[in-house]
Amino acid sequence: MIVFEQVSKRYPGGHEALSEVSFELRHGELVVLSGHSGAGKSTLLKMIPVLERPTSGRVLINNQDISHLPRAGIPYLRRSLGLMLQDNRLLYDRNVFDNIVLPLVIGGMAPKDAARRVHAALERVGLGGRDQEMPIGLSGGEQQRVAIARAIVKRPSILIADEPTAHLDAAYAHEIAELFQSFKSVGVTVIVCTHDPALFAETRPRRLVLRHGKLIEGAE
Amino acid sequence: MMGAWSYQHRKAIAHAVGRLLRQPLGTLLSALVVGIALALPAGGFVLVDNVASLARGVTGSPEISLYLSLDATDADVAEIESRLRKQDALSAVQFVPRDVALKQLADNGLADVLDGLERNPLPHAFIVTPRQEDPALFEQLHQTFAAWPKIDHVQLDAAWVQRMHSLLALVELGVSLLAALLGAALVIITFNTIRLQILTQRAEIDVTRLLGATDAFIRRPFYWLGCLQGLLGGLVAWAIVTGSISLLRGSVESLAQAYGAVFALNGPNPTQVAGLLVVAVTLGWLGTALSVRRHLRESE
Repeated sequence: MIVFEQVSKRYPGGHEALSEVSFELRHGELVVLSGHSGAGKSTLLKMIPVLERPTSGRVLINNQDISHLPRAGIPYLRRSLGLMLQDNRLLYDRNVFDNIVLPLVIGGMAPKDAARRVHAALERVGLGGRDQEMPIGLSGGEQQRVAIARAIVKRPSILIADEPTAHLDAAYAHEIAELFQSFKSVGVTVIVCTHDPALFAETRPRRLVLRHGKLIEGAE
Repeated sequence: MMGAWSYQHRKAIAHAVGRLLRQPLGTLLSALVVGIALALPAGGFVLVDNVASLARGVTGSPEISLYLSLDATDADVAEIESRLRKQDALSAVQFVPRDVALKQLADNGLADVLDGLERNPLPHAFIVTPRQEDPALFEQLHQTFAAWPKIDHVQLDAAWVQRMHSLLALVELGVSLLAALLGAALVIITFNTIRLQILTQRAEIDVTRLLGATDAFIRRPFYWLGCLQGLLGGLVAWAIVTGSISLLRGSVESLAQAYGAVFALNGPNPTQVAGLLVVAVTLGWLGTALSVRRHLRESE
């Protein structure tokens, strides 16, 4: 489903964030990506929605090489992914409903269907009935849940999360981790980047470990 | 799919209207700046239109006089009259016999002078009225008639109409240049407004891009914002022009009456108002298009 083939990324100035990384993820896998700060975790995740492009090597999603995807094709690739990057990137001038419905509006879904999907996603993350609240009035954990609801509302087959439990206390972090583990059970491929892989240990996920841009664990 | 498309536009319009309402002072100032910029040329065009209609009213129907040679016979007169009546460009042909012309001259107080003459020195004449007040047509008819046999002299009785047309054309050109300059200013104003909006909405643009928004989706609310700002400016310009003409109307009518003329200063007609609004919206759209093209790429 997702294949990295000898992927390297060197930034202008010479810093090599990734060095010949290769691995293959199968449909419905839960993958925990870990490593020290600056190991290249975020760079690796950003290559899947083409927020970054490899300097060399190839990234394939469903057998399509996205390393050289034309600019016009990128939005359509991103619509097929559930993305939750570092900091939740909510829009604080809109209510919870308008934040979560955004990917569906972008995708051109009819308003009634979109509203049903939003309410279902909110139920899924335990925030049913709070669609009219403003994000600023929610706790940090609840805001993370809104971001997760926005990521899953499209029912993507691939869900990518970069440090979804960062800045959360232990109880909230555990709840979020359980939520991600539950997506695996419905066939979603989940890639979670975290400093704390132990949070996800319960379901024995596949682990990918990066060190200084090299994949040192989980290639096979 | 069509429902989703219109929903996206409704959302974009609501978003743009929301932005305008959330910054009432900024919206008002922008509308006033755009409105004043548009009101100057719009008012100029309306005034030119009024002056043109005044000129038409004062001159009546301009005429051309054809004076025949003194030796022209009745047969020559008949031939020329026949030719004139075949001219589609003429709406009226009037023959003035030399005896009638002499009598008119005598009636005008020159009887004593004329009594001293041995014979009637005046020629037969035709007075013709062209269908259109087109200077080019007048010139063409002048040359045609002058080339006919037994025509001694052709006189354009309303030569100053041609000068008036030239003057109006000159004023119109000046107003057009002013319109072009102020139109460019309007585009620049919109360009800057949208640039600031893009900067303040940077986070929102980044998020929507991350969620799979195309450039068209991201640009849509900005286009609506630019067009709405142009429309508001157009409405302000309409109000300024109409208000100014209402203020001037009484004074202008009094002035015209003092010269024995009847003249009413007219405001912009519905076609002119529609044209003004279309131009305002188009210029707003153009400023937006230039701004989003430049600044959205920069924000990637």
